[in-house]
Amino acid sequence: MTSMTSMTSMTSAIRANTRLLRKKRMESFLEALLQDGLVFAPVRKGEMLLFERIESARDAVLGQRNTKNSPKSALFPQTERLFAYRHHKEGLAIEAASTGDKERVLFGVHPCDARAHLLLDRVFGGSTEDPYYAEKRRKAIAISIACTHPDPSCFCLALGGGPCSQEGSDLLLLDLGDSYLVEAPSERGRLLLEDKSFEDADEESFDKAELIKRTAESSMQPAAPLWEKATDEGMEKPLDALFDDPLWNDLTESCLSCGICTYLCPTCHCFDISDEAGAVTGERIRTWDSCQFPLFTRQASGHNPRPSAKERFRQRIMHKFSHLPKNVNMTGCVGCGRCVTECPVNLDFREVLLALSKNEAT
Amino acid sequence: MSSVSSMSQLTREIRESARKLLRDGQVQVVIGFERGSLPLRSRPCFVRREEDIDRLVWDGCCETNLARYLPKRKEKAAIVAKGCDSRAIVELIKENQVHRDQIVIIGVPCNGMIDGLLIEAKMGRGSIVEDEGSAEKLILKRTNSEEILDRTDFLHEHCKACTHPDPVLYDVLVGQPSAEAAKDTFSDVEAFGARDEEGRWAYLVHEVGKCIRCYACRNACPLCYCPECFVDASQPRWVGKSTELSDTMVFHLIRAFHLAGRCVACGACERACPMGVDIRKLNRKLQKDVKDLFNHEAGMSLEEASPLADFRVDDPEQPMVDP
Repeated sequence: MTSMTSMTSMTSAIRANTRLLRKKRMESFLEALLQDGLVFAPVRKGEMLLFERIESARDAVLGQRNTKNSPKSALFPQTERLFAYRHHKEGLAIEAASTGDKERVLFGVHPCDARAHLLLDRVFGGSTEDPYYAEKRRKAIAISIACTHPDPSCFCLALGGGPCSQEGSDLLLLDLGDSYLVEAPSERGRLLLEDKSFEDADEESFDKAELIKRTAESSMQPAAPLWEKATDEGMEKPLDALFDDPLWNDLTESCLSCGICTYLCPTCHCFDISDEAGAVTGERIRTWDSCQFPLFTRQASGHNPRPSAKERFRQRIMHKFSHLPKNVNMTGCVGCGRCVTECPVNLDFREVLLALSKNEAT
Repeated sequence: MSSVSSMSQLTREIRESARKLLRDGQVQVVIGFERGSLPLRSRPCFVRREEDIDRLVWDGCCETNLARYLPKRKEKAAIVAKGCDSRAIVELIKENQVHRDQIVIIGVPCNGMIDGLLIEAKMGRGSIVEDEGSAEKLILKRTNSEEILDRTDFLHEHCKACTHPDPVLYDVLVGQPSAEAAKDTFSDVEAFGARDEEGRWAYLVHEVGKCIRCYACRNACPLCYCPECFVDASQPRWVGKSTELSDTMVFHLIRAFHLAGRCVACGACERACPMGVDIRKLNRKLQKDVKDLFNHEAGMSLEEASPLADFRVDDPEQPMVDP
């Protein structure tokens, strides 16, 4: 700590919106949230950690590695009814889907996943708002927990995030041992801090938190670059120029064309719409879809512009690192590492990007 | 299993074979394994140039069934094959998906593949384990010490029950064949069958309920090679798109039926599944049925006809339709 005073002034703004939550108070705090809303949290299922709706505060598991599935399903479910209909004598009755007016608490989210919602906001929001997503999102509260032990597959730092990043969170918890230091980056979070479960944080807690943060960040240093000659302009241009590079063939040869990387990804958001039609009643549903499936682009004529794993894998990379930055001004990847750890053939796209960047025209 | 070669020895022998095959122009590509980007991960690799040969490795994490990469391949290929991979190759040849003379099989006797999830669950996150080729032990590396682990405790479930660790078909064999493997008693199928109907259904509902329809099981399966899977057909549409049980269950049941008499029990489906679905429960039952009814084990011989693709006048079952 070189200059205590400058650090203090720097953090004073944060400190005003930071309080302490004793771990023994956590359960009652969560129970209160469960009273008013739907709470989603990491839960242990066998040897797996899943992000699911919980009914009891005791089911939430905090401070573990990231969950197998991402929290996006709380805002963008894999299967979602858009409307239902019923034929009757006078005609057709349509019943709109409603998500109800309950708050949705996304509890124990990792900072990478909380950031992912900012990307989803841009895709589903803006001038053509998706009402199904937006309605849930407006009532959502993200209570994140800082990552104190990032995994080898984590690379949030390389994408502008960090193990203790506040972006996209309403509250950010930092594990101090017997308590959490709780930062409130948003207005909604600040309101939550007024709850009686919280108390004022002492100087010692702030110091401890600072140390933990720096340890977490330095454990991920140096952040491996995703692109060899990274520039401020990003990877869009060089990636676009490498669209036809023969290297894609070699790099994607092992790809199984399964949907794991897209379905577990916190930012992938493509969907399909279909009708579940019965004789009298039916419903229109939307379901997640994956650009890794041949059917995703197969046209009615039978022609498929992305006929093999190569084109489909390339699409996923291009969408995240070229198209989304151009269209919504944000990279479609937060570095959670799920696609790296869960790929059955360990097709690590970080290596794909690095290999491509070495082929970049000089 | 006493006569085992060390992993580095097997790696060396695989590289030697690959070098010879590529140099002599016998094959254009060698499909094997390379070290992955994460601990306890090895992954498929495709070697076409001599300078890439040293990427090839063999260890306890070579879990992909490489036979999956053979159908529709235009070039002549050498393939590194464990017992289960070789059985899948036999089935693919019998089903005319692969020509025997288009492939060179580098057979490797297998000690079973390690389940990284189990190591993490039992030994903690970030555990580093060395697999030196012994069938019995693994070495857990700690900062200042080492600990010997019982290797069999950390194998994939289906590897523990493997009855054919050695390749059944090969052109080159690296390492030493294993001693006698256990005989399949199907005790798991019998135990499941002993449960009452509700219990069995509840179990399947619970397992299939985890499915997210990523189709990793199907796509990792060497014998799921249909040009269009029934779940992808849209005209007509056989199954809905949702993750409701009525849709996911149909997928898993029909897939199991499609694999009856063909599944070689490699477990590639389960290893690929991100959600831990017990996919093989159904396959194992059908495997037993085929064994009981036709005394047939898939992928064991090129000559033996597949029971569900064959016709006998003395078929034990009456025709299902009236003549």
